[in-house]
Amino acid sequence: MFQRTRKASDFGAEIEAHIALETERLQEQGLSDEDARTEARRRFGNVTRVQERFYEASRWPMWDHFQQDVRYAARMLRKSPGFTAIAVLTIALGIGATTAIFSVVDATLLRPLLYPHPEQLVSVVDDLPGVGARDVGMSVPEWHDFARSGIFEYVSPTGGGDVNVTGSSEPTRILFETVGPNYFALLGVPTELGRAFDPEDQTPGFTLEVVISDALWKGAFGGDPRILDRDIRLDNDLYRIVGVMPASFRDPGQTSAQRGTQLWAAAGFAGPPAPEPLRASHFLAPVIARIKPGLTISEAQSRLDALVGSLQKEYPRDYPLQSAWRVRLVPLKQAVVGDVRQSLILLLGAVGLVLLIGCVNVANLLLARASSRGREMAVRQALGAERKRLMWQLLTEGLLLSLLGGVVGLVILYCAKGFLLQIVPERLPRLNEVTINWPALLFALLATLLAGAIFGLAPAWHAARPDLTRMLKQEGRGSSASREQARTRRALVISEFALSLVLMIAAGLLLRSFADLLQVQLGYNPQNVMAVRTWLPIPNDPATDIYRTPALQAPFLREVLRRGRTLPGVEEIAVGNVEALPLGHERSDLNLYPLIINGRETPSSEAPLVDGAIVTPGYFHLLGMTLLRGRLFGESDNESAPPVVVINEAFARTYWPNENPVGQRIKLRTAGDRASLTWNTVVGVIADARTESLADASAPRMYMSLYQRTAKDWAIFVRGQLDTAAIPVQLRAQVQSVDPELPVFGARTLSDVFSASLAERRFSMEIVGLFALTALLLAALGIYGVISYIVSERTHEIGIRLALGAQRHRILQMILSQGLGLAIAGAAIGLVGAVIVAHLMAGVLYGVRPTDPVTFVSVALLLIAVALLACYIPARRAIRVDPLVALRYE
Amino acid sequence: MTTQDTRERLELLQGTLDLLILRTLIFGAQHGQGIARAIQQTSDEELLVEHGALYPALQRLEERKWISAKWGISRNNRKARFYTLTAAGRKQLVRETSKWNRLTAAIGRILESEEG
Repeated sequence: MFQRTRKASDFGAEIEAHIALETERLQEQGLSDEDARTEARRRFGNVTRVQERFYEASRWPMWDHFQQDVRYAARMLRKSPGFTAIAVLTIALGIGATTAIFSVVDATLLRPLLYPHPEQLVSVVDDLPGVGARDVGMSVPEWHDFARSGIFEYVSPTGGGDVNVTGSSEPTRILFETVGPNYFALLGVPTELGRAFDPEDQTPGFTLEVVISDALWKGAFGGDPRILDRDIRLDNDLYRIVGVMPASFRDPGQTSAQRGTQLWAAAGFAGPPAPEPLRASHFLAPVIARIKPGLTISEAQSRLDALVGSLQKEYPRDYPLQSAWRVRLVPLKQAVVGDVRQSLILLLGAVGLVLLIGCVNVANLLLARASSRGREMAVRQALGAERKRLMWQLLTEGLLLSLLGGVVGLVILYCAKGFLLQIVPERLPRLNEVTINWPALLFALLATLLAGAIFGLAPAWHAARPDLTRMLKQEGRGSSASREQARTRRALVISEFALSLVLMIAAGLLLRSFADLLQVQLGYNPQNVMAVRTWLPIPNDPATDIYRTPALQAPFLREVLRRGRTLPGVEEIAVGNVEALPLGHERSDLNLYPLIINGRETPSSEAPLVDGAIVTPGYFHLLGMTLLRGRLFGESDNESAPPVVVINEAFARTYWPNENPVGQRIKLRTAGDRASLTWNTVVGVIADARTESLADASAPRMYMSLYQRTAKDWAIFVRGQLDTAAIPVQLRAQVQSVDPELPVFGARTLSDVFSASLAERRFSMEIVGLFALTALLLAALGIYGVISYIVSERTHEIGIRLALGAQRHRILQMILSQGLGLAIAGAAIGLVGAVIVAHLMAGVLYGVRPTDPVTFVSVALLLIAVALLACYIPARRAIRVDPLVALRYE
Repeated sequence: MTTQDTRERLELLQGTLDLLILRTLIFGAQHGQGIARAIQQTSDEELLVEHGALYPALQRLEERKWISAKWGISRNNRKARFYTLTAAGRKQLVRETSKWNRLTAAIGRILESEEG
């Protein structure tokens, strides 16, 4: 029945043969030729009916009708290319954007982690809610208690960091992770080559065995098949490679960077370089665990609560009651995704709303067309078309439109994929898993069908209950049904305007913030400056550190400065630690110093914390920072001279508001040894600079001399007319000619660092701006549709008015005022929403108040102007109406 | 044709046409017009079969693989499509015949008991 084996012509031939045979037989019985033929036909019955029955029986009528509908719909869409293009683009935009956000949500929130039995994996978090502290870290005894508790199969601390690798082709800086020996057993992933760590290993410190990633193996070691048992140096300490992970393995870190971890070292966290394993020494974080099979997370949590309670009783000194120690189990997937969850869901909601407005809009357009096609529908129905068929046909048109839109949307998305992934901030977890895959395509298909059904149903519904007589008699004049329809459409347009106003004001505020940020006085000059990083190793045994004191570090430092200065184009050179890299570093408590001021001594536990960077004397001039008082560092402020600091204006303002800060003394800890404190003299004050954050005014900050302190995380700054491609290579050669064991990496111009620091702001501004523009466009289309409809509905009336002598500009005014009414109503509702949304956004704004009148007024005016423009086109059509034609219209 | 016009002929019960076609074909391959004539003659001209109705039925039976069809040449040298009973069709005929016999017997008994 589904495939036709027999052609209709064959069937026809058989009928012909039958009639011929019958005629012959009748002739044999004595009838004349004529009579025989007539009688044969009479006996056969209705030939056409028989052929129809053959046709229907041998086909699938639904499919047949569907094909017909599709052909008809395609013809209708081709006939009005403008309408089709607008509708398809609207849907394409909606489907494309929704699918894009969905693919991110799918990768981050929906897809399970790629480990066996991911539901058993949890993150174990220590909280001290009594003192308002969360995620304080776990201590080693707690770790052992938990591991023995019978609740978990495995518990493993993890600790990320980066480290120098030597022993491969080129010294490199890589991301590594220190983990418990049971780490890979916990994750349940076998190695590709060699073995993982022994889960039962009891070594207190590092086991000196490492497992490397496939990327590191193929990259640094060229995929050497004899990689196993090879030695590798990490910050000069010797380790042995015991295994290689498969290429598909990703560490369950929170950021793309962490998920790209290249090396894992196992440790017991109870021997050097780890601190003494005291119960109160909370330094293990994050800790992950695999729950025993058969236990749910909540069962495990309640058993853990009991254990925590008994530990608190057993060690009352380590767990004071007021700190209210608690241990929380968080599903690992949730821990990995973190707080992005809510904003992603919000984003999906917002983009879904844009898609919905798109659907509403296309429904509006289709409704407008349906009313102009009302006569066609009525005529077809009068000629015997079934209502069901007509509804199906309109629905098919809707579905065809949405499918076209979906396909175009996906094509656009696919082409723009690379660009889109680029503008997504790198900090998004599981970013590397974002792809347009089957779930995303399925989602797009479902969204498309749903959209098609939504906007296809509106006109189909309308077609299902037409008043035939009235439709045929008075096409174009408002029947009660269409008046109701018009009211709905006006309400839809008002809501579209309200929503787009909210989005536009949000976008406007973000745009103004961004523009203001770009105008900020930096206080330093990033032009023509490039920074390259290197890292002096931190071996596990401090005694083997060849750069452990300023005096040991100084010859190397001076040699790097001397050699760097000789490079082509380099006019100035300076070295600092990463803290000195403007806008290019994370806040780290390593660079926070408790501040004890001479004459106002406080216990160091209560001392205020101040950011401190360590730099060479040339740093300030190289970055164009202004000296306000005193002096900068000189070459003579070396390891044998008394230690000095330079502070910024905010520091001076905060701690010596009415005194001269120059000459004051502060007590600071010395590098390497956190316990020992020395006195430092303030020698100069520089102007505030936005080196920490573009948006925040400068906080108190000080600079110490690299000649007097050690630093491991170096940034080498050079200024001049630089060849940005050559300089990193040349600097690497110079540094490695002094110490060939050092990696040189992370070359960036300060201008790049500056714009990268704005990446997240730019992203949210662009996304919200894009949504706002889309919404505005859709609202404009919506109002255009409604006004066009009103005009076509009132052509007759306008004709009469014109015939009676109405002025054309009065007609124009009448039409425009209708559109203006809708726009103003929408804008008024939208303003209320925008005030609420703007206050919620206050945290991300810079330089503008949430109720910035300039933004509010200009956006509202822009919206109304766009509305007027959208109304003007149909209104102009109205005043060009020829009264004679209009009156004859019926 | 006078006899045919004066006698009131019986309309076929729904579904019985298939049975009659299968039964007719038991004597060998036959074309549509031949089947129509056979049904009429065998039933002593009692049954009214509109020839046209035969063809959709033949088509249906062919699709169910109870009969197969082939173009051939009729006795008086005309092209015609000949139908043959298949093995499945033969089984179907046996089934339908016994069903029909039980049905008519049952109806017959009811009608007789009412008369009696």
